[in-house]
Amino acid sequence: MKSTASQFPANVRAALDDRVLQDVLKNFSEGFPLKRARAVERLEEFDDLCDAARDIKDHVLDNLDRYLLGFEERVRESGGHVHWCETADHARAAILDICRSANARTITKSKSMIGEEIGINDHLAAHGMVPVETDLGEYIIQLRQEPPSHIIAPAIHLSKEQVARTFAHHHHARDPGRNLNDPRAILDEARAELRQKFLEADVGLTGANMLVAETGSVAIVTNEGNADLTMGVPRVHVVIASMEKIVPTLEDASTILRVLARSATGQDMTVYTTFVTGPRRTQDLDGPQEFHVVLLDNGRTGLLGTEFQDILRCIRCGSCINHCPVYSTIGGHAYGWVYPGPMGSVLTPALTGLPDARHLPGASTLCGMCETVCPMRIPLPKQLRHWRVRQIRQKLVPVTTRYGLGLWAFVARRPALYRFVTAAAVRIMSALARGRSRLPRLPFAGGWTSVRDLPAPQGTTFMAQWKAGRRRYP
Amino acid sequence: MADPESPSVALFVTCLVDIVRPSVGFAAVRLLEAAGCRVSVPDSQTCCGQPAYNSGDRPNAAAVARQVIAACEGFDYVVVPSGSCAGMIVKHYPDLFAADPAWRVRAQSLSARTRELLSFLRDERGFEPVGVRMDAAITCHDSCAGLRELNIRQQPRDLLARVAGARLVEAGLAESCCGFGGLFCVKYPDISAAMADRKIDEIASMDADVVCGGDLGCLMNMAGRLSRRNVPCAVWHTAEILAGMTEGVAPVCGTVPDKRDGP
Repeated sequence: MKSTASQFPANVRAALDDRVLQDVLKNFSEGFPLKRARAVERLEEFDDLCDAARDIKDHVLDNLDRYLLGFEERVRESGGHVHWCETADHARAAILDICRSANARTITKSKSMIGEEIGINDHLAAHGMVPVETDLGEYIIQLRQEPPSHIIAPAIHLSKEQVARTFAHHHHARDPGRNLNDPRAILDEARAELRQKFLEADVGLTGANMLVAETGSVAIVTNEGNADLTMGVPRVHVVIASMEKIVPTLEDASTILRVLARSATGQDMTVYTTFVTGPRRTQDLDGPQEFHVVLLDNGRTGLLGTEFQDILRCIRCGSCINHCPVYSTIGGHAYGWVYPGPMGSVLTPALTGLPDARHLPGASTLCGMCETVCPMRIPLPKQLRHWRVRQIRQKLVPVTTRYGLGLWAFVARRPALYRFVTAAAVRIMSALARGRSRLPRLPFAGGWTSVRDLPAPQGTTFMAQWKAGRRRYP
Repeated sequence: MADPESPSVALFVTCLVDIVRPSVGFAAVRLLEAAGCRVSVPDSQTCCGQPAYNSGDRPNAAAVARQVIAACEGFDYVVVPSGSCAGMIVKHYPDLFAADPAWRVRAQSLSARTRELLSFLRDERGFEPVGVRMDAAITCHDSCAGLRELNIRQQPRDLLARVAGARLVEAGLAESCCGFGGLFCVKYPDISAAMADRKIDEIASMDADVVCGGDLGCLMNMAGRLSRRNVPCAVWHTAEILAGMTEGVAPVCGTVPDKRDGP
């Protein structure tokens, strides 16, 4: 997927001016956090589970090669194939090859952020195939040719009226006078449209929530059951996953599942939790004839051993996004690429490059809400700061900011000079305030006064008043 | 060594209080003295270094932090009327000098002795305001750093509960970020204002006369936006309320239109 992260400020402007989006976001910001809080409340050992989940992933990241090779061996033993792909190009080529060998025309697909990351739909379509998203949210945005705006709720930026209009526009064969006002009617129509696609599909492409090293299994969770039809009905099942999705054992997978749904949607478990291992065996009644796992790196192993390794623990629950006050103000599209919100602002610079994603690490108040609700204990504010450190080192911040900070530090290290400068600043601001208690405008402070007043100072600085012997105020 | 009866306390005023609102500094002095502390104001203090640290400029942040560390040595406690500046010293100074053994020791020592004002008064001095009155419905804003780095939430509420005439009203968004975020608010003023507006819309709907908090940055942001939108709600630093200064000092951004006159 092509990134527009470099246009973040313009994206933000558009998002803030979009009234429908603003209404949708307001509802969004109230829903998920409440559900999560209730789910966490219900489970006394939630915090312990989070610690355990963090430790599992830390152990995996320290032993990634071992577990990946073990996983590959188990997949091969069960009759499947593993394709190692260093880049998005490699992964696209591998999937296209599999689809061609299967003479595929229709390819059903369940939700996969890796699929978005490598732009697999466009690639398959460009080669004459028909990829069909089967997750309701993904199906809607595929019809609208939009990218997802959230990693677990891809169409969260849309109102139900917008969805109804989209269906009315695209589903030509249906009665134009039908009623699509009710979410249930929208759902039923999507189900009817997709049912036929499931039956036609030659290849089913899914993501993976986890890869289990001890069994070679793939764990996939959904609330719609669409992934089960995607992987069970077609002749070929292709899993696309990034390599940090690995966990050592089924026991570990179950630990992570216990924090995943609670953090994501506030459910104790997702409605469908499926483990698949290899293709159909002779005694099986159904299942695919071929089973492929496309393992993508795309820059992730470059984070191992760096200050950014922690982000590889992410299980894509979306909790940091659901609780982020910046995300709930601007929505997901403003971030410009596949992964929005706090985890996205940490991951995107690693995958698309810091120059492209230069706005993202700064697009946070570092309020810390994300870290508080992250079940994998990823120190997201700290990771954002790490990117800011790299930006300073690589001179990717405006020259005015760099010199401004240098000048400020020069003054702040010299108390006498600092007293002189702050006293002068107070005198100037007081003069401009002309007795008022607030300044509606201040030269060189447009970033502040464009949207808010600035309180006028109280005469002189505290340090000057203290030095002059004042001990009481007023 | 610390004398529990009368500890020596250095007040780290913070740059915003020093420049914009000295009354918060004087309120802190009054409260600390009432809580039995011997208060000094180290005269070589400047800024804690957050602007550089949160911008990723570690060399300049460390240079400024060294200045603060040297200025604040020799006291039982260093008390700060700000959760984010206290959090900077407590949580981030040791990290800033992780690779510099000599300064790391000094940073850790300062970190261990540094306290945010309201939590220090409540948790360690058992302080209760006496004879303070404010007839108003008050809602607290929990500043992010104080709340999530230093676990400050109940202390200001406990202290305010002792203010005669004060009625505490809880905002559902009390723990939501106001959009200040240091340089964030001038870099992305539109996002920042939209974030503040969510809180302000709730406050406006709540029948609160006063918003208070423990961080002047957040208070300037919210007061500035309330003032720009002409929403009738006064903003005070919690220390000013507890020190009984609200009669003699105008709220942040000055008086606001009275509720009874309509917006």
